[in-house]
Amino acid sequence: MNGGVNGVALAVFVFFFLLVTVMGFRAARWRKAADEHSLDEWGLGGRSFGTWITWFLLGGDLYTAYTFVAVPAAIYAAGASGFFAVPYTILVYPLIFTFLPRLWSVSHRHGYVTTSDFVRGRFGSKGLSLAVAVTGILATMPYIALQLVGIQAVLDVMGVGGSESTHWFVKDLPLLIAFGVLAAYTYSSGLRAPALIAFVKDALIYLVIAVAIIYIPIKLGGFDDIFAKAGDALSQKNPATGKPRGELASGNQAQWAYGTLAIGSALALFMYPHSITATLSGKDRNVIRRNTTILPLYSLMLGFLALLGFMALAAGITVDNGQLAIPQLFEDMFPDWFTGVAFAAIGIGALVPAAIMSIAAANLFTRNIYKDFLKPHATPAQETKVSKLVSLLVKVGALVFVLGMDKTVAINFQLLGGIWILQTFPALVGGLFTRWFHRWALLAGWAVGMVYGTVAAYGVAGPAQKHFGGSNAEIPGIGETGYIGVTAFVLNVAVTVVLTLVLRALKAPDGVDETRPEDYTADAVPAGPGSGDHDSARDGNGARNEDGTRDGDADGAEVAATTAN
Amino acid sequence: MSAPPPTGKGHPAVTPARIVAGLCLFAPFVGILWVDSYARIEPRLIGVPFFYWYQMLWVLVSAALTMVAYRIVRREQAGARRAPAEPEATGSGEAR
Repeated sequence: MNGGVNGVALAVFVFFFLLVTVMGFRAARWRKAADEHSLDEWGLGGRSFGTWITWFLLGGDLYTAYTFVAVPAAIYAAGASGFFAVPYTILVYPLIFTFLPRLWSVSHRHGYVTTSDFVRGRFGSKGLSLAVAVTGILATMPYIALQLVGIQAVLDVMGVGGSESTHWFVKDLPLLIAFGVLAAYTYSSGLRAPALIAFVKDALIYLVIAVAIIYIPIKLGGFDDIFAKAGDALSQKNPATGKPRGELASGNQAQWAYGTLAIGSALALFMYPHSITATLSGKDRNVIRRNTTILPLYSLMLGFLALLGFMALAAGITVDNGQLAIPQLFEDMFPDWFTGVAFAAIGIGALVPAAIMSIAAANLFTRNIYKDFLKPHATPAQETKVSKLVSLLVKVGALVFVLGMDKTVAINFQLLGGIWILQTFPALVGGLFTRWFHRWALLAGWAVGMVYGTVAAYGVAGPAQKHFGGSNAEIPGIGETGYIGVTAFVLNVAVTVVLTLVLRALKAPDGVDETRPEDYTADAVPAGPGSGDHDSARDGNGARNEDGTRDGDADGAEVAATTAN
Repeated sequence: MSAPPPTGKGHPAVTPARIVAGLCLFAPFVGILWVDSYARIEPRLIGVPFFYWYQMLWVLVSAALTMVAYRIVRREQAGARRAPAEPEATGSGEAR
């Protein structure tokens, strides 16, 4: 951006990048299991992770380029409205507290690896399972795209590739290299790679946030000055629309949007295949609940990061592309070497979730499309191979979103994915608590939600493009502007309930439910004596390595040792 | 639609402890989704407008409430496990 390459920052960035690359490839040998060719192994890390590793993995889902680049950029662009990400992450935890342990238990009992597995088992409907799988893969792509945009923003500010260059190949080369490395180690190490790298990533991120949140405000003269200057910047009228750029506190007309974005995003987060992957890799039921009490630490950090958007405003950063605001702020404020560290944090913070997401989407494809529809008798080794290949394809799909959508409002990538993934909520969470919903009604509700959501999002014009320019639209019947995902979700639920009543009245055939009520509260079988008889209750496809012997406290010690370095 | 049924799980009857746990989990939804209650600038905290520090405060409050709910649920589980009527309840998955 400033012309020229920031050599010191680039060197530090490359150093960390190489470090995690080596770790990524070595991860295959970390906590190695008996049967490395099984999908449980590649895709769920052998279901052996304790509270701490699960925390890092789940944190990896939340703590992405979304938090580091997209949310501060949204605040930089429009002020208060971008802060909805904080209430979003507040609401996530009480929400998942209620249903994720049930999903963990039933998945553990029946060897489910994906949400689709559960939906098929619960409702006996391959069609519904396919709908959930397709939605999961589709919705993950723009989310991965967001990560790529984050990496690109960092590279851009460092002066390598990016918007300055005219030749398309030079422009995208660094991004393609980063992408290739990510793909390669995901391919070879599976979930172990991002789980191991997550430690480095989080250590870097905490360091950078701590420094940024103390150092930058001091340099800018304290929060009073920051908000005064940011308020001035936000009240500037946009010459095109005549409206101010944004506001410091959510105005009346923006409150519906604020609330619906928060609740919609919260409901959506744990529908994503990658969140479920991280959940199921936990080794016992209470890993999840224990995590809901420590994960809010991430939300706090997210809040601080969001404030960086105001600091960028106060520091008078002017960039055409809002995504560059935070990287540019770092470059302006920090000494070069620490800029490199900060950029590495952002870059790795984007790579880890991208890897987890592509693995999860690949699992979904293999289990619920390849095995259910294409090749029912695939061996575990074949499954793993297909998963690895699909994890590459999903990333290519993400590239399509990067190239096809307006990158200046990156948060829309995530919100668009949210609109879609939210439509699987009734089948999944509804199914966890009740068998009342009819499978056909759920399918119809899903279809209505998907069509409405996609059409509505298509119709939103943005500053740089005619379609998919935003994720808010008028809520029919209320007349306020709100998140399209929530409107679609309400429609979905309404259709599902009405059709269930109709279908039940008509006595439409119900699918076979292979789960039993006690499956939803079952816990892991401890390795101790006198519990062996319970193992037979699980039909883990023969692929699970039956070791409950790994000790949770060892996880904690391991993590502590890694982060201390 | 905003919140899950607070006590809608499991077959045992609704117990007072479960209601408390449910309320702990439900409270953040009320506090956060009522945007109008905090959409203002004043009072500021070390220069940060109310809108922001209030929501950040909710992160901590919500975490504390979730912790309380977790404690309650765990105690309930431990109780159920000791009760002989429930042979399905196994093991010590939360032995820490």
